[in-house]
Amino acid sequence: MKQIISLRQMANDQSGIIRKIKPGGEMARRIREMGIVPGAQIMIIGRAPLKDPVAVKLKDFTLTLRNNEADYILVEIDA
Amino acid sequence: MPEKVEDKINKTITIALSGNPNAGKTTLFNAITGARQHIANYPGVTVEKKTGRTSHAGYEITVVDLPGTYSLTAYSLEEVVARNFLIDERPDLVVDIVDASNLDRNLYLALQFKELGIPLIIALNMIDMAEKRGISIDYDALSSLLGVPVVPIVARESEGINELMDRVVEVALQGRRWQPELISYGMDIDQGIDRIEGIISKAYNRYEKYSSRWLALKSIEGDPEINQLFLENGKAKQGIDAIRDQVSAHIHKTLEDAPEGIIAEHRYGYIAGIIKKTVKRRLESRIDLSDRADTILTNRVLGPIIMLAILYGIYAFTFNLSRAPIGWLEAGFSLIGDLFKFILPEGNLQSLVVSGIIDGVGGILSFVPLIMFMFLAIAILEDSGYMARIAYMLDRVLRWFGLHGNSVMALIVSGGISGGCAVPGVLATRTLRDPKERVATLLVVPFMNCGAKLPVFALLIAAFFTEGQAKMMFLFTLISWFFALFAAKLIRSTVLRGPKTPFVMELPPYRAPTLKGMAIHTWERTWQYIRKAGTVILGVSIILWAAMTFPGLNRDRAAEYDRQEEVMTSDFLSSADVSGFLSNSDDLKALDGLIASYRRSGSSDHDAVMSSREKLLSPVAKAVADIKKEGPAEKDGSDAYLSCAYEYIGYKDRLTLLGRDKNADMLMGTVAGRIGSLMEAVTRYIGFDYRTNIALFGGLAAKEVIVSTLGTAYSLGEEGLEAESTLPERLRRDPGWNPLVAFTLIIFTMLYVPCLVTLISIARESSWLWAGFSVCFNLITAFIISFIVYQTGSALGIGV
Repeated sequence: MKQIISLRQMANDQSGIIRKIKPGGEMARRIREMGIVPGAQIMIIGRAPLKDPVAVKLKDFTLTLRNNEADYILVEIDA
Repeated sequence: MPEKVEDKINKTITIALSGNPNAGKTTLFNAITGARQHIANYPGVTVEKKTGRTSHAGYEITVVDLPGTYSLTAYSLEEVVARNFLIDERPDLVVDIVDASNLDRNLYLALQFKELGIPLIIALNMIDMAEKRGISIDYDALSSLLGVPVVPIVARESEGINELMDRVVEVALQGRRWQPELISYGMDIDQGIDRIEGIISKAYNRYEKYSSRWLALKSIEGDPEINQLFLENGKAKQGIDAIRDQVSAHIHKTLEDAPEGIIAEHRYGYIAGIIKKTVKRRLESRIDLSDRADTILTNRVLGPIIMLAILYGIYAFTFNLSRAPIGWLEAGFSLIGDLFKFILPEGNLQSLVVSGIIDGVGGILSFVPLIMFMFLAIAILEDSGYMARIAYMLDRVLRWFGLHGNSVMALIVSGGISGGCAVPGVLATRTLRDPKERVATLLVVPFMNCGAKLPVFALLIAAFFTEGQAKMMFLFTLISWFFALFAAKLIRSTVLRGPKTPFVMELPPYRAPTLKGMAIHTWERTWQYIRKAGTVILGVSIILWAAMTFPGLNRDRAAEYDRQEEVMTSDFLSSADVSGFLSNSDDLKALDGLIASYRRSGSSDHDAVMSSREKLLSPVAKAVADIKKEGPAEKDGSDAYLSCAYEYIGYKDRLTLLGRDKNADMLMGTVAGRIGSLMEAVTRYIGFDYRTNIALFGGLAAKEVIVSTLGTAYSLGEEGLEAESTLPERLRRDPGWNPLVAFTLIIFTMLYVPCLVTLISIARESSWLWAGFSVCFNLITAFIISFIVYQTGSALGIGV
């Protein structure tokens, strides 16, 4: 079963395919510029001590972003 | 290649170096130009424009290092700087440095250069790393599909630089015009671009430096800077806006997205298509070492513990290692001071050189070892990639106060563990990208307890809080964090209000910093600091010295002190025990000289060739030297020379006291003293008298000065007399002082105006306007808090 959730809701070590970046001005722009785009594989590799920000691994690089930024990213996962 | 001079009509070439942060741009810049520049493993450190020169195949090539960017929109300062440089300065071409292991995202920027139309060469960097990671790239195919020369290089090893420069010269010689190449962004957007381009080319034919097709694309992307350009033709702008709104509405309805999102997706799609045809990947079996390290170093429990240990380690490392060299420098400067005291006659010139220039500049330069080790530590943290992890772990806490994960380093360096220094702290804010967060951090950094405030705290704690001194120190550390963070919150919700900037940040793979890189990095920053001490600080030290020297005593008061001194001397010379040995001031001078040589060497320098006067005086001199060294001798009434020695010591003590009274009196008569008296009108509400005010005024130069000025103002030097008490005792006995005043002064010292060097650093890193703001904001904060503390304490009777 495939299911689409926001990046914030993903568990640690869970991976999925990015399906959509919600439109939202600068936030969405920065997210896309940094290489987070629909179709890319993404995996949660860790969360900071206070559970925010979150560290994600894409094919060729590792990024961190805050939870409120993760809300803009919708990911398809295996339920 | 045989050189033909006639081919080289245009012998100079200008290239712009661009690329994503962490793609190796700075390394390539150094490899091409040999110039020294800061290299860091951290996104966005390069903010200023750097230029270097090289020559290749007979051509002079100027290389301009553009800020690292991910895109060419106009939303961050770096991007605006980069874009405007290209459009306004028109370099011959752009060399876009691309990380071969991270093609998708790096080519996103390359594609935007193609859209802009500037001649482009791609330097494909770190191909060795890419191969190790199982990525193989068909360079020729990539080049022909992109329509751009592609040169594989390894910048760290200077591999492929020659080939790259060959291509640079080749492309520059073609001298082709800018050719904007737009891809397809989907039917709706493409049509919109066509229509807007039509309007632009009719209505705005003056824009020669922009291509109208590129302007049309940027307009649909919603670029504020470009849409601003259209304002000059209102009617055309209406037409453009109408088309844009129409396209936007349509995209929102059909695709639930904004046009710029669709444009970005088409760019990435186009890149993905090219990569599919040119890049082969073996399945990655090896687990990334960097990721493994992160499972421990950023672990939710272990991570913070390791981080605290590392931060504390850095603190201990810098302060312990620099303690000895700082001591040597201080000793060296005081030696130079003594030398000038010897060379120059006593008076204003000597005072200017010794107290003004040498003490002022020397005080600053003595900190160089500390600054150097601190920069080295920061360089290691940045270049290794660990700094990004610190920001990641602490971002959540600092965000609440309107700061950023990267602010933490600046706060710690400035004295977050008490004893830092705000100057390297101010410089450490360079790692912050957002100007508002950066300035907010700059402004609160001086609240931390730097090493210079510690002597002030130590003095007052020793005087009034003798029990639990360590606890008091810890309390003041906590108080300074509290004020720094809440001041940040206040600033960020008033003058620097603004949305929290996106935190999306790369965690670059851990890399071992290279010795050369760190050496360059540390030296560059240290040199900046030294240069500052030599220029601005010199000037201001002189001004402060003058304020604390002139106009000084008026003539009558000075004459009165001279008269008192004369009376003391004649009283001494005429007393019964003395007159047998000394009769005039020449005898007194001879005695002074003998005592000095006895105290130095234990014997007179020239026992053999003593004059008769010296023979008479030498037992007295010896007795004085012995008493000074070993304390009072067994008093034997029959020894006349011993009585004379005691008389002499008493006389000298009286003279010293008089001299100190004179100094204190003189200080009150200076500009600083008058300001201090005037300020009493305000400062009495926080319990400070004019003497404390003068000390605080002196503290503008450096906080340590507060202690020495208090000493002068309370007519007490460093060496307490047997008969006198020490400064803490003196303060304790003074009716104007009590624990509450001391506590208030500690709080005030913690918060009030940043010291001069810090202020200059703040101005350099932001602007003089912000430095001025910092003075006012800190002063007001310090006063309000001190007022609350003092008045509450007085009302409740605590510590009075």
